[in-house]
Amino acid sequence: MSAQTDKRHPYLRPIRGWWKRDRYYIRYLAMEATSILIALYALILLFGLLRLGQGEAAFNGWLETLRSPPSVALHSLLLLVFAYHSYSWFKVMPKTLPAIYWRGAKLPQPVITRIGVSAAVIVNLLVIILFTGLQS
Amino acid sequence: MTNGNKIIEMEVLRYRPELDQEPFYQSYEVPFLDDWSVLQGLQYIKDDLDGTLSFRWSCRMAICGSCGMMINGVPGLGCQNFLRNYHPGKLRVAALEHFPIERDLVVVVDDFMNKLAQIKPYLIPKQVRGLDQGEYLQTPQQLEQYRQFSTCINCMLCYAACPQYGMNADFTGPGILALMHRYNADSRDDGRAQRMELGHADAGVWGCTAVGYCSEVCPKDVDPAHAINQNKMGSAIDYFLRFVKPRGASQ
Repeated sequence: MSAQTDKRHPYLRPIRGWWKRDRYYIRYLAMEATSILIALYALILLFGLLRLGQGEAAFNGWLETLRSPPSVALHSLLLLVFAYHSYSWFKVMPKTLPAIYWRGAKLPQPVITRIGVSAAVIVNLLVIILFTGLQS
Repeated sequence: MTNGNKIIEMEVLRYRPELDQEPFYQSYEVPFLDDWSVLQGLQYIKDDLDGTLSFRWSCRMAICGSCGMMINGVPGLGCQNFLRNYHPGKLRVAALEHFPIERDLVVVVDDFMNKLAQIKPYLIPKQVRGLDQGEYLQTPQQLEQYRQFSTCINCMLCYAACPQYGMNADFTGPGILALMHRYNADSRDDGRAQRMELGHADAGVWGCTAVGYCSEVCPKDVDPAHAINQNKMGSAIDYFLRFVKPRGASQ
């Protein structure tokens, strides 16, 4: 080792608390956190499927639980979480696709996001219309 | 050097390895003109206030990629950000995050340079053309497939923006993975299989969790997040194809 390199003493700053450094990171973590609540909702639905397998009474009991005020409150929260999750998912989508060309020009990423969000809104509306139609 | 009427307080992260146990902020009062960049502010400090301050710079026009630094906590080029935009508030300048600090604003770039060499950032043609055979021809559409990713200036701002690299320096990182894509997407190149051994690895494209801040801070609109994430599909296809085609899809 030369005399010059002896003086070297590189300092690595700690990474702890990195997410507080920038609002961008907080938004990223919020996006990731929505996945946990979505997994929770998947469990609620799977539990319903389990109750369905156990017979009509069990399934009706599960439906009754869903109508309780705490469940309605949870579902309202989950609706908001789903909305943010869908939006953030479609915001990442253009990054995962190869560039799409439309009439010779590259399709801008915000346009791809808007197409995705619009598709999600349309599909959800169709499902709501279909199910309310079936119930009446 | 001409001094302006306005004065801005610049807090600069100092670290002198022979003297300091850890970095600290040192404050300087910098008179400036409206057209002064953060880099010019630093040059004023070095020339007129404190000759011991160290920082890298060269071109002053956002093409050499030397003066990357944290400017009020955001990765940016010193030459591309103007003091007037921070006045009358004070300005904090620090060395690029996630890299070891060599001295003051100078970071150790060995890791970046080593990784850059590993992805073979040059064309690997299937058949090398002799001079008598002329140029490698390419259509505008083929050029468009990689042009954006070829404008990288190796400034490493994307590394300072990437928490995955900060938490695990084994991750190849945004800029170099974007360059890997740049060569893979070039119609004249046939080196994808060689490069993707690194690309498929945990430290390759799968080390990215699509935070996306790399693309936000890139001064050349390279969009590394796009370059990396569109490779995940190809990487997954390669993974599954090896069961039916032993040498992988890219062979």
